[in-house]
Formats: sequence, structure tokens, C-alpha cells
Amino acid sequence: MPSNDRPGRGVLADFPQGSTLLTLLERNTQLFPDRVAMREKDFGIWHEYTWRDYLHEVLAFAAGLEALGFKPGDAMLVLGDNRPQIYFGMLGCATLLGYPAPVFPDSTPKEIVHVYKDCHANYALAEDQEQVDKLLDLRDQVGGPQKIIYKDPRGMSTYQEPGLIYYQEVRAAGEKRLQEEAGLEQALIGRPGPDDGVAFLHSSGTTGDPKGMVVKHRHLLAAVRSGFLANFFQEGEVLMAYLPVAWMGDTAYTIAAGIGLGFTANIPERQETLLHNLREIPPTFFLSPPRMWENMLTSVQVRMEESTLLKRRLYNYFLQQAMDLERAKNKGHVPTFWERFLRYLGELMVLGPIKDHLGLTRARHAVSGGEAIGEDTFLFFRALGANFKQGYGLTETAGVGTTMEDGDVRFHTVGKPLPGVEFKITEEGEILVKGENVFDGYYNNPEATAKALEDGWFHTGDAGYLEEDGHLVIQGRAAEVVYTSAGERYVPNFIENQLKFNPFIKDAAVLGAGKSFLGAMVCIDLEAAGHWSEVRGITYTSYADLSQKPEIYDLIKEGIQKLNKVLPEGLRIKRFVNLHKEFDPDDGELTRTRKLRRKVIEDRYGPVIEAIYDGRDSVVIEALITYESGETGVIRRNLSIQEVE
Amino acid sequence: MDKSSSGTEAKPILVCQEVRRWFGGVLALNDVTLEVRHGEIFGLVGPNGSGKTTLVNAIIGFYPPQQGRIIYDNQDITKVRPHKVSPLGIVRTFQNLALFRGMSVLDNILMGRHVFMRPGALRTALYWWLSIKEETANRRVVEEIIDFLQLESVRHDPVDVLPIGLQKRVELARALAAEPRLLILDEPMAGMNVEEKEYMARFVLDIHYERGVTVIMIEHHLDVVTGICDRMAVLNYGAKIAEGPPREVVQDPAVVAAYTGGRRVHAV
Repeated sequence: MPSNDRPGRGVLADFPQGSTLLTLLERNTQLFPDRVAMREKDFGIWHEYTWRDYLHEVLAFAAGLEALGFKPGDAMLVLGDNRPQIYFGMLGCATLLGYPAPVFPDSTPKEIVHVYKDCHANYALAEDQEQVDKLLDLRDQVGGPQKIIYKDPRGMSTYQEPGLIYYQEVRAAGEKRLQEEAGLEQALIGRPGPDDGVAFLHSSGTTGDPKGMVVKHRHLLAAVRSGFLANFFQEGEVLMAYLPVAWMGDTAYTIAAGIGLGFTANIPERQETLLHNLREIPPTFFLSPPRMWENMLTSVQVRMEESTLLKRRLYNYFLQQAMDLERAKNKGHVPTFWERFLRYLGELMVLGPIKDHLGLTRARHAVSGGEAIGEDTFLFFRALGANFKQGYGLTETAGVGTTMEDGDVRFHTVGKPLPGVEFKITEEGEILVKGENVFDGYYNNPEATAKALEDGWFHTGDAGYLEEDGHLVIQGRAAEVVYTSAGERYVPNFIENQLKFNPFIKDAAVLGAGKSFLGAMVCIDLEAAGHWSEVRGITYTSYADLSQKPEIYDLIKEGIQKLNKVLPEGLRIKRFVNLHKEFDPDDGELTRTRKLRRKVIEDRYGPVIEAIYDGRDSVVIEALITYESGETGVIRRNLSIQEVE
Repeated sequence: MDKSSSGTEAKPILVCQEVRRWFGGVLALNDVTLEVRHGEIFGLVGPNGSGKTTLVNAIIGFYPPQQGRIIYDNQDITKVRPHKVSPLGIVRTFQNLALFRGMSVLDNILMGRHVFMRPGALRTALYWWLSIKEETANRRVVEEIIDFLQLESVRHDPVDVLPIGLQKRVELARALAAEPRLLILDEPMAGMNVEEKEYMARFVLDIHYERGVTVIMIEHHLDVVTGICDRMAVLNYGAKIAEGPPREVVQDPAVVAAYTGGRRVHAV
């Protein structure tokens, strides 16, 4: 390999003035044309795309898309899982100064209509038949998009609808143009400037509809540079691209940091094969929401419980040792020789193999972001020896904000602001952010923009405070700060997160604004609670049935009691109910990134909330359901409400 | 979906002429005559014990008919043995799963490729020189089928730990691996829940459209048959009592009587 194959540290991150993702992509093809930029597992084999292929595919798609009549300012809906062609298509669209607008692949039709109306997309890029069907429904409803490009031809041969175009045809047309028109390649690369858009993304929308915004080259590159300086990621990281394309993090890390710092992005075969694929190519940079980490922890725990006695003992002993050591280290303890020896033994026998199973053997940066994470989960991954940290970032700040330095890791904060990103707390306790990475405003929404941006300071809507040494602590949504009738101030989300750290609680809604005490509606975790019941010989038929078992009530009550001990007197949860179903994004109760939509929940569960506060010990809830035949029926269910001392 | 695939009458791919088969004193097939056309999905229904599976066994030569003729693609295959039938392009799946338990999904599907493989002691001994190319080519075909039937996540799992719906899909995959021109599915949806059934129906349609395979499907779920079949035939006590487009056949008084014990079926 030539010596310029691995450029020195910091060389890539020095973006020249006026860089865009396209110029940096071209730079990569000059520095290391044959290094792998992307891998996708297909037909059981990892297929590789080099940087040379990457640039070529993007330009070929752009040229082909232009030949279809795509104009600057046009938008293109993007529906599908992570695929190389989805990324090529998005960047190709951005090359033509258009706006690729990714949509969460499991979005309901209503949510897609919202995105469509926001950006008036006349074009769409769909992964497969399933997504094409959604787009055709959309077209019936609102008349667009006119041109739908699909990546996977399977099942498409019988479709007669106009405007359906196979991805490879677009690409081939572009390929032909690139060969025939001299200088087209350079012209395309030079077309976007730093101030042009890369993607049209949406805020998560915990309050009201998600708001659209254009993320520009300069925002993303500033974010990448900040992340690099803070050692959030380094050059040449290997990552697994599996989080939704519509989520800011995917644009910021897979696309922008990927190109800016020469990452290798690996795309799993399917979502279901993710854990398998993680083992095959363990990432060095691994960012996930807490939910993913918690799922990993639960899966290890469940499998250990089913294991043999000897293995279980070894696991318990060495994990406990490593977690205690980690806890002590956080308090400044320097490990003794004996402790290090035990830790080493544990690594050999237990911790190493577990890391291997989870695909964490190479993780230099394992980051949890998006929401608060439980202390047990946090300590578990630290104890395993993964460099586990937390971070904070928003769509509006190009996905970055804070991170933790190696050796300065603590569990209750989200770390320190990145270089180039300033944080400020208002008197009301709201977090403000300023920096090159902060967006320019919501798309076609001056009213919301005026509210959110003041003198370059972005009002995050999150409540929190800075500790003396600069660590940021997040408390929850500022708009959600509420008072009980006794005047106690609290953030429901903060208490909910504490509740959710209990492995048996999947989701919770804490109530009590203007009331004399706090109440909670709990959604149990089917996997954990179900396993717990199985082991104890408690039989159940369904989620709803399990949730109402007295034993499960006792289990949840125990968890709440434990939490109550650390909550101030006026903020203890006095009464709670186990709901008969989980909160679900399809029912509008959660956002697609699984944050609570409080208003929807308060409307939907009005009778339950009423019952919690009028002292009844049970409530009947009715749900309207529609059978496949079109007939409707009502399901009645009795939910028990219990007190916590 | 538009199903007017052929304006002109398609040629038959399989013709059964007065096929008769008995076991001792039991007349399992009584002069069954039917015709399956190129490129159609053909439904074969009938009450339990009406001779559907026997007919399939007669076609593939497992229980050759004692009287009558079976013509496949202008070739008489009445007395052809099963192992000679499958290279002709007729492949079946089984009502009760016949997978190799303990073997992985991948190996089970690869097994379906055996008609295309030329094993031998020398070739195996000199694997790296003589056989690896062949194996790679076969593996590629199998991977395409895995992709087609969305079996990626269980590729390396032993089949006996999979739920029944998935096992049925593996069996379908193995049948496809033999690159059939005529695929006979023996109750592909037995024991499945609604979602699995819908998946399977989708797959059968995809196989039909994308791979141009003619399908004979034995099925009890009348909603499935009327939903996806182009034509169907009904057997009762070994005799064919109706044949034609599903909507007409299910209204046929003889079918109604045989299938529902005399009461009227309401429109399906």
C-alpha cells in the first residue's frame, strides 16, 4: 500500500475554505481512490464501494436525475432503509441544488403527507415495491410526486402507473451523459456551494407537527469539524449505518462525517440481521439511542439467565467486579494491582466474549444519544470496557452539541460542549446553543424561526443546567416544566426517564400538573416482564393480560418505591396504573424517535387519568377496533389502579 | 392487479387424461381429466381425502396412474420415475414439511440444487480446482432465492428451531432452487396465521410474475384460491366435479354441495 493510503491525523479534518461534501468527496477520490467507502451486505456477501465508485455513482445519478427534468429547488422524497443507492441518490439530488427529504420508512400515510406538503416534492426515491405503494397512495391523495424512482425492481413489472422509473435507468442515462459531455463531471462537483442544502430534515415533533428545515453543507462540515476536535470521532472510523436515514444523525455521521473524515460505512443486510452483521464488521464508532443499548443489555441478561450455573456465577462475579471498579473509578479511585488482575481475568473469561457477541470489540467510541440512559446500562457498557459516553445534539444543531472526553465520563451529564459550539442557560432554565453548526431557520416558517432563533442563539426547548466544570445536564423539555398544586416544579420527562431505567418499564407518562400529587401510567416491557413471569411460572396470554397480573403490579410498585426514595417529598408518585398496551408511534402516542407526545396521551387516556385522581381502584377503558371485514367493535378492559406508600 | 396476462388461449403445460389410480379397493382417482396452462396459477381444491395429493403423486411419478395419461410439455410422463421428473422442471413441496432437520436453512435450500450438481469422488477430492466454481454458482442462485423470500436473517439457523411459517418458506425456497417451470405447492398455507398467509400469497404471486413459473396450488383456504388463482379445479371422492375461473367454480352447485355439505356458500 502506498504511504498516502492513511493520511496523518488531522489532515482530512482541515477542510479548505468553501468546501462542500462534493469537493471533499472528490478530494477523497484523489487521496485514496481504492479505499472502501461503503459496504453493503447483499446475497450473503459484503459488496464494496470505493471512494472512486462513491463519487461516480453520485454524479451518474445526478446527471440522470437532471435529464429527467430535475431543477434546482426541487425536492425529492426518500423512502427506505439505508442502502448505498439511497445515499447516492440523496447526494445526487443535493448536487443539483435540490432537497432530498428522507421520511422514516415506517411512517404512517399522514406523516408522509405532512413531509410532502412541507417541501412539495415532485420526485421520490423509493427502496422497493412497499415504499412505491405508499407513494402511489400519496399520489392518489394529493397528486404527487410525479416521478418515482425505485431501487429494487422486484414485483414492479406489473405496475402500469406513469412516472415510475427504475434506479438503474436513471443511473445509466447519467452515465451516458458523463461520457458524452466533456467537463460535466467537474461542473457537477462545483455546482453546490457551502450555503446550499444537503438534506431536508424534520425536527422530532414532540409538541405539534415536526418542522422542516434545510441542513446545509457548511452546517454539517462545522459539526464534523467540532466533533473531530472533541475526539467524538476520528478519521477513518468504521460505522454501521442502520439508524433511519430520516434521522439527523445519519446525515451528520454516515454522510457528512463519512465523507469529511473518510469513514467506512457498513450497511446491514436487513434490520433483522443487524446483530449478526455487527459481529462480522465491528464498528469503531457506534452511536445509538439508549433504547438500542438497553435492548442489548436485556438480551445479554436474558440469555445469561438461561445459561448453566457455572457460567451464570462467572458472569455475575466478574461483571459485578468490573461494575464496582468502574463506579469507584468514577469517584477517583485508582485500581490496585489485584483489582486490575481480576479485571483482566474477567476480560478473558466473560467480558471479552460478550463484547465480541455484541460487536463491540473495536468500538473506540460507543455513544448513547437522543435521550437519557439508565445508570445500570451505562455502567454495564463501561464495565465491559467499551469507551461508552453520552452525547447531546439536535436536528437543528446538525446532530452535534456535547460529548464526554475520555477519562472525564460521568453518568448524569451529557458531557461538555464541543469546540466551536457555545451553550448558555436562560433564567428560565432553557438551553441555548450557538455555533457554525446551528441551522438557519425552519423552511417557509418565519414564525417558528423567529421563536427559535435569536441573535444566532438557538432555543432548544430543553431544560437543563451547566455544572461548574462545564458539563451539561439535561432535565427534559422546557415547555414541559410544570408545577403541582402545591407549587413543586418538575419536568415529567425527567421522572419518566428515571422510571424507564427499570428494566420492566418500557414507557411511562408521569401526571400531576396542577394536582396535589404525582401519578404515573406505566407500559410494562413485554420481553423483560414476560421472562420474569415465565421463570416464576406465572402464565399469561397477552400483553394486556400480563400487565394486569398482581405479581407484575407488585414488581412495578417495588420499582416506583425505590425511585420515590430519591425524589423530593412533594414529587413522589402516589398512584399508578399499568396500561393494557404499549405507547406506539403508529397511534401517534410517540414520535418516530420514540419520544412521548404528551397531549395525545392525555387526550386518549383521559378517563384513566381521571380515575387516578378521584381515588377509584380500577377503571374501565374502551377501545374502538376495526375488524378486517370492516365491522367495528369495542373492547372493554378493566385496569387496576394501585397506591404506592 | 391486472391479470389479463394472455389475450389468446395459452397452451397447456400439463394435461391429465382420464387418470385413474386405486389402492386395493379404494379408488383414489377416478378418470380425472384436467389441463393446466402455461403461466397460470392453478388452484386444486377439494374436501379431505378427495384425491388432491394423490393426483400430485401421480403427476410426479411417485404413484403412477394405473390408467390414463399425463402429458407435460408435449411429452408423455405417465411412467417416468420421480427422480427423472424433477430435471424436467416439475418440482413440488410437501403438505407435511420434508426438510432436513438439523441442517441449516442455507444447506436445505442448496439441497434443492442437487439436480444441477455433478458430484464425484475426484471432483470432491480436488475441490479447490474442480468444484469450487460450481458451488459458487449454485450458492449465488440460492442467495438470490434467499433474497427473494426474505430469509436473510435465518440463513444460518437450523431449520427445526424456526416457526412453521418460516419452515414452509424454506421449503418453498428449496423447491425454487431446482428452477421449476411447473411448481406444485401442497397446502403451502396450512397452519399459518393471517399474516403468514398474506406473506405466502405475496410470494406465490411474485414467483409467478417475476420468474414466470406455472403454479399448481393445493389449498383449503378458499379466500386465497379465489384471490390469487387464475383457474381452479375441484375434486370430490377422486373425481373432478368442476374446473374453470374461481368465481364461477365456487358458485357451482356441485361444488357448494361437496364443499359445504349442502349449505350455500355466501359470496367469497
